[in-house]
Amino acid sequence: MLIHLPIANLPVDMFLILGMGLAVGFISGLFGIGGGFLLTPLLIFIGISPAVVVASVAPQIAAASFTGFMVYWRRRSIDFALGAMLLVGGAIGTASGVWVFTLLRDVDLLDLMIALAYLSLLGTVGVLMITESVQAINRARHGKPADLRRPGSHAWFHGLPLKMRFKRSRIYVSVIPVWVIGIIIGFVGAILGIGGGFVLVPMMIYVLRVPTVTVIGTSMMLTLVTMIAATVLHATADHLVDTLLAGLLMIGGVIGAQFGAHAGQKMRGERLRLLLGILVLMVGLRFAYELVVPPQDIYSIRYIGSS
Amino acid sequence: MRRVLCALALILIAYDVRPAAAERLVVSLSNHRVRVTSSFAGEDLVLFGTVEPDRGKSLRASYDLVVTVTGPPQTFRTRRKERVVGIWVNADSREFVRVPSYLAILSNRQVGQIANEETLRRLQVGLDNFLLPQRIGLDIADTVRNDPYRVAFVQLESELGLYREEPTAVTFLTPTVFRAAIPLPADVPTGNFAIDVKLFADGAMVARTNSALEVTKVGFEQYVADAARDNGLLYGIATALIALFIGWFASVVFRRD
Repeated sequence: MLIHLPIANLPVDMFLILGMGLAVGFISGLFGIGGGFLLTPLLIFIGISPAVVVASVAPQIAAASFTGFMVYWRRRSIDFALGAMLLVGGAIGTASGVWVFTLLRDVDLLDLMIALAYLSLLGTVGVLMITESVQAINRARHGKPADLRRPGSHAWFHGLPLKMRFKRSRIYVSVIPVWVIGIIIGFVGAILGIGGGFVLVPMMIYVLRVPTVTVIGTSMMLTLVTMIAATVLHATADHLVDTLLAGLLMIGGVIGAQFGAHAGQKMRGERLRLLLGILVLMVGLRFAYELVVPPQDIYSIRYIGSS
Repeated sequence: MRRVLCALALILIAYDVRPAAAERLVVSLSNHRVRVTSSFAGEDLVLFGTVEPDRGKSLRASYDLVVTVTGPPQTFRTRRKERVVGIWVNADSREFVRVPSYLAILSNRQVGQIANEETLRRLQVGLDNFLLPQRIGLDIADTVRNDPYRVAFVQLESELGLYREEPTAVTFLTPTVFRAAIPLPADVPTGNFAIDVKLFADGAMVARTNSALEVTKVGFEQYVADAARDNGLLYGIATALIALFIGWFASVVFRRD
């Protein structure tokens, strides 16, 4: 059934969008991520303008992370103090990201930077996840006990000043790396139109040594707040949020996420991480392919304005 | 400069029409207001018209008709990719300033057969002859028709169905009664469209008239588009609240514990 999107200004198949939301929602529920890094390229691929996609995916990620947020909030596994400190960095990162976004668009380098950023980010995270999970699977196969030490023992940044105690997570760390992580996630999110959960969670585990109990819930709190802010900012600044598109994605997304979460409970953690790593790496390679292979048409058009 | 050009064009048109003012064009459009609703999937408009003799003068044996439909002006940038250290990047670009967002040239046969090159160029008949001003340095000017950026721009717009040259879209039902089909694609830009109808006989323009149509969003489409444009902040907050509501609703409906 074709439906005309009011802001994107083109007709799309309603069930295709619902289906995409459902599929990405399933993956996000399965791995506990927002799924923006999959949804954004998919929507651009079906012909919706990248600017509208980046702006309209934000409320969809907000909806998905709010569902997760409620679940973790009921289990009391959200570290609000840690989330607030991450948000301080996140706000700075988002603001500078939006600034750089406009700057790059003006000099026509945005497409290249987005592709390079996706490639390097997804490539690195993908390879790291695959190696880590393969090692874990091998360890389990050879019957060795899992590494009981918390990963990333004492590193230089643990000696930084401004230490703070985060009670719910039972950690005592300097707020400087917390802010830096917030800044990185905010910056990357603003430029790439992704929540950044798949980067934030490993960073929190390996750098801040946040225990698994609070890591997902706290990461969802950060995603939720930044994506709500992004929705309002995009709507005010460039009027490109397509509510109809976002609404369809949300409905598909929240339903898919439930099935994904259910399926995820039946799978082992390291298998899940291996699958997610492969998925992340594949999306990264897709960007590499686009950069290296000669394009079908070396020319492209970009709309500048109506004056 | 533009004013001088316009004046010049008007003189030329007047000159063109005066010696052969024996015909008058009467046209009527099937629909002057195209409504974009949430089920809008493009629309075909029909322009009907007749060639009327003027003050007892007689009509010629055969006519040619060219209908040029132009959408509201927009500015675009055409970019060209080049290989730099192994990767393809947008290396160069040109800006097309205030060119039609929609441009259809509809005729009863190939425009090249209707009049000679010079006439077509002067009257901007055909995609090749339509003025598409580019910003080149500090100047804004149209380029030669085989300029690679111009060719690429027209090609890409044609692929989107927004620029089209259709030599079969005008049909003469009798030697003096014609109909023209105006195809509007689903992603047609909203705004005011100008319709310019030119009648040719023996390679010269003998009459000209114009009409207009408006593409507007209505109902839900209009409501959303207006809200997004005029009340960005409220619209954003409303969208965020919808997101929170759907998220909360799902967490309640699918609650397991």
